[in-house]
Amino acid sequence: MFKSLSVRKAQGSQFIVDPRQAKPIGFRGKPLIGDTACATSCRRCVDVCPSQAIALQPEQIGEVHIDLGRCVLCGDCEPVCPSHKISFNADFKLSSTSRQGLSVSAARPDIDPVRVSAALHQRFGRSLKLRSVSAGGCNGCEMEINALSNVNFDLGRYGIDIVASPRHADGLVLSGAISRNMVQALQLCWDAMPAPKLVIAVGACAISGGVFADCDAVDRRFLEAVQPSLYVPGCPAHPLTFISGILDLLGIDS
Amino acid sequence: MSTTLLRDLRDCALMSLSALAAQCAERMQTGARLLMLFGRPDSAAGNTALCVTAVFQAAPGTPEPLSVLRAQATPGEHYPSLTARFPAAQSLERELWEQTGLLPDGHPWLKPIRFEGARQQQMDEYPFFNVRGQEVHEVGVGPIHASVIEPGHFRFMCLGEQVQHLEIQLGYQHRGVEALLLRRPALALTPVIESVCGDSAIAYAWGHCAAVEALCGVQASMETELLRGVALELERIAMHVATLNGLATDIAFLQGGGTYGRLRTAIINLTQRLCGNRFGRGWLRPGRTRGLDAAQRADLLQTLSAFAPDFAGINALLCSSLSVAARFKGTGMVSAKTAQELGLVGLVARASGVAMDTRSQLPTRLYSARPLELLTESGGDCWARMLLRMREVEASLQWLLAVGGDSALDLSGNFSEPALALTALSPKHLCISIVEGTRGPVLQVLETSEQGQLLHYKLQDPSLPNWFGLAMALRDNAISDFPICNKSFDLSYCGNDL
Repeated sequence: MFKSLSVRKAQGSQFIVDPRQAKPIGFRGKPLIGDTACATSCRRCVDVCPSQAIALQPEQIGEVHIDLGRCVLCGDCEPVCPSHKISFNADFKLSSTSRQGLSVSAARPDIDPVRVSAALHQRFGRSLKLRSVSAGGCNGCEMEINALSNVNFDLGRYGIDIVASPRHADGLVLSGAISRNMVQALQLCWDAMPAPKLVIAVGACAISGGVFADCDAVDRRFLEAVQPSLYVPGCPAHPLTFISGILDLLGIDS
Repeated sequence: MSTTLLRDLRDCALMSLSALAAQCAERMQTGARLLMLFGRPDSAAGNTALCVTAVFQAAPGTPEPLSVLRAQATPGEHYPSLTARFPAAQSLERELWEQTGLLPDGHPWLKPIRFEGARQQQMDEYPFFNVRGQEVHEVGVGPIHASVIEPGHFRFMCLGEQVQHLEIQLGYQHRGVEALLLRRPALALTPVIESVCGDSAIAYAWGHCAAVEALCGVQASMETELLRGVALELERIAMHVATLNGLATDIAFLQGGGTYGRLRTAIINLTQRLCGNRFGRGWLRPGRTRGLDAAQRADLLQTLSAFAPDFAGINALLCSSLSVAARFKGTGMVSAKTAQELGLVGLVARASGVAMDTRSQLPTRLYSARPLELLTESGGDCWARMLLRMREVEASLQWLLAVGGDSALDLSGNFSEPALALTALSPKHLCISIVEGTRGPVLQVLETSEQGQLLHYKLQDPSLPNWFGLAMALRDNAISDFPICNKSFDLSYCGNDL
């Protein structure tokens, strides 16, 4: 009894009061791209990128484009750039409702913000039950999805919970590049979920295949038929990126 | 460096497959451990040849602990299975068969490891054992499970309440990582390696860095090794605490779940403050490693010092609770004999009383100078695995506080330190690296061609041999014991599936 009380006292209050206003110190989040011209015929950032997230468009200011749907936030492009024009800040609000909206450049430094859906707000704004499926993931995003329910992030306070059965779920939280060996199970799970339902693509793998996009054992056709309502970038996706994105999508105050 | 062996292949004779099998048996008979057994197409010897490599670790105390045997084989060739005499070879021979088609005659359990290559999407054809009888029933769960967890299929064969046998079918996370690693520039592979098994990103990255550096003929400084050691022990603490969180939650000991959850947050947020990512991604790279400035080093010491008493408090609460002891003691038992026969590794083996830890048995410069004690438990049950995780966290904490607090040690080697010049990989070499990750030894083998290109990249997670240990742990237990047995092992699906 006394041990339990003493552990409880040490625990104190741990929840993040307003996840939208959190400050994840040190987090390598949003890429910032300078507007200086690239060194002549330099492709070092492109060559070092593990997931083909960087494209050069010489006719545009600053030339460098980074697709956060592919970017794994490894930061390897930063030190190789001779013009020192790539850096990252701790901004975790990287989610978007648009796949194209995840691309950033000097001319377009911000990600398209999540658009509130009136229909989703009305339907799920007070209760959203999610089923997580890992399909060719690495257990990074899965651990972060688990962390959503811990005492720090406490997603449940907004009426959003991870549930055990697809039959009870309104939404599918997809992580992983979709391995061919999971194609059938993923489809079964999706089919078992009652409509109306939505998909949230979590992490670079789910959004674009990430570092595994070119693997022979990956089959992403599931996402040709089902378009995600929310894209949550990262590798793994930071819990704050997920929470701020889903709250914005459903129009929930924090 | 991590434990590595660099082998020049120009003077490495290729024997026949049957000779290799005979030599493997001979070595295993005299106490050596077969660490790895794998093959690849040998295009240099014609399109129809295969090259097979066996890696051994000699009994402790031998001057050259790691050694390699190589053979040339033809597709479809048979050889006498080692597994019949040495069950520890079971997963290695299965993987060799799945990847190359080489057939171990007399293997009692020749089933796919991960349904790769031509077997993809044939998950329905897994050759399960059939248990028959009026009182017998089977329960299948997965690949998708109730909690947020990676996919895998478990089939329980039960007589009444008692599990007679558990079959574990994996492969759902198979992405084809090994093939991918040969398609990217060899010196820019670390972010991919960090995604093989994302909860062990640091262990994998370190092993990769050490192997690439060895193949490039350079050696990381002691300061770099220290930083990598700091990263690895932080990962160990975070992952062990995550497992303890899961164990507490699985027995509805909610205060444990809540407390371990926030304690893990403290450690991974610290990791993020030190390197930019909660899982340590981007921290280690071949030739360089992010250093800690004075403020980060103070942060490390302060965070760990605050963590230590709270961790000890919740551990004491858990260990003194009768309900916890009643649930964990005697559940999911794996004897030392079984662990040794099956070739179990890492924490699971140590919890069954088998003394093995790369950090102390194959110590590098770092661990010779800054040793970590080899810890074991004798029980072999869920309780022993829980206690050992607690003790390993304590040991890592002490180690980190000692390293961080020793002002004679320089941990500042940031990007300002000139990166080691990594230009080209030595041609025709084989490099083996071993890092003792949270679960056990993470093995990586890189082989280069005559032109210095990567010819083969073989990965082996400690989960590969250990999954069979979980199947054994369930025998004579109830299905309701499975979640805690599974969590107490806490093996990797993606590390197995690659």
